[in-house]
Amino acid sequence: MTTSATKRDYSLIGRDAQRAVETGLSAAEWYHTDIPRKEMKELMKREDGPAIRDTALWLGGMVVTGGLGAALWGSWWCVPFFLVYGVLYGSASDSRWHECGHGTAFKTRWMNDVVYQIACFMIMRNPITWRWSHTRHHTDTVIVGRDPEIAVMRPPDLFRLILNVFGILDAGYAMVDMLRNAAGIISREEKTFVPAEEQPKAIRVARIWLALYAATIVAAFAMGSILPLMLIGLPRLYGAWHHVMTGLLQHGGLADNVIDHRLNSRTVYMNPFSRFVYWNMNYHVEHHMFPMVPYHALPRLHAMIKHDLPAPCPSILAGYREMIPAFLRQLKNEDYFLKRSLPPTAKPYREDFEPQALAAE
Amino acid sequence: MSDSWIAVCSRDEIDEEDVMRFDHEGRTFAIYRSPDDAFFATDGLCTHEKIHLADGLVMDEVIECPKHNGRFNYKTGKALGAPVCVNLQTYPVKLDGDTVYIAIG
Repeated sequence: MTTSATKRDYSLIGRDAQRAVETGLSAAEWYHTDIPRKEMKELMKREDGPAIRDTALWLGGMVVTGGLGAALWGSWWCVPFFLVYGVLYGSASDSRWHECGHGTAFKTRWMNDVVYQIACFMIMRNPITWRWSHTRHHTDTVIVGRDPEIAVMRPPDLFRLILNVFGILDAGYAMVDMLRNAAGIISREEKTFVPAEEQPKAIRVARIWLALYAATIVAAFAMGSILPLMLIGLPRLYGAWHHVMTGLLQHGGLADNVIDHRLNSRTVYMNPFSRFVYWNMNYHVEHHMFPMVPYHALPRLHAMIKHDLPAPCPSILAGYREMIPAFLRQLKNEDYFLKRSLPPTAKPYREDFEPQALAAE
Repeated sequence: MSDSWIAVCSRDEIDEEDVMRFDHEGRTFAIYRSPDDAFFATDGLCTHEKIHLADGLVMDEVIECPKHNGRFNYKTGKALGAPVCVNLQTYPVKLDGDTVYIAIG
């Protein structure tokens, strides 16, 4: 472990952003495990079947649980239905937004686009802004000052993390962003990754969403009940916990400013329910290394390249057992991180590329 | 014109509905073989962030970039939507015998 902590500047227009560009850390060439072209083509192959099945289960599950929750509204029997509805709305939408944003969930383009728009609305992420922010996230994964999607900055703000288990801050920021965009304003930071020709689209979507939320609030007042908001909007709060739980594991506590996803991303074995909600993004090293591989092929990709990757965390609990102590140590020394050991079968890290990451212990 | 044709590879070196990288005099190109057995060529790097398209996925007449999933029609070079906004340069290709040629110009 290094002893002198370096204060990080996470602003996209700040000191570290400039330094990352100057040093070539930004837009660098990342490490990839070698996979023969024929096998890679098989892995990348698109299908509609798995995503149609999963989308029917997802949206069908929402209709059933939301319908029963609404029918039983006013009694305690509605609670379990809203608990499930909330996770499908406020957490499964995170992975659907993500995978359809990559355009890999379905073979048919319009299906990706429709599910992407629905999921973006649920997770409260402007489909234009977030498409571009996620593009940057893949170019500059956990590069300080460049990646707009770093969930846990150093030193970690644990209070913020806890509030976000219930979506409180993220949903609040999303509402502010929506109002700002609807007023026709694109922030300076957004302008760093959303091209000028795309910005009017972000404004148009924000205005449509504002109308939808306004209609929901009007319906709640008209009915004298928060039930409409329990179905639209609030599930982003009471159902957020699962996507926060899985999302923090993606990069939490690992190295920053490296160009090898084996050092800054985490693969975690998960139960089938979480993998359904999360659409297999628990194979996160694999996803970052090969974003072209659809979610349903990630287990096959994992089996193919695990000899070249750090050992996966065996469970969500195991992931948190290593991540939380790392967060606590980062409160005292923000240079601390978990170094991923490679199996003997793996290609070693490039020592000339990752000197700080490999020196740390 | 014939002087500008440059041999790339034999036809069997590229599978149907696939792409191959071709480097020539400091430039890089992507050579495609369509599902109906025709050959095409474009610049080799994505216009978004200069990633080699030959590592991407060919689907019918579309090439998808391996890094950010940006899509182009490789027959026309047209960018098909975010995150790619700038079209790809295309180049003439011919098949002479079993050899694929590109005219870089």
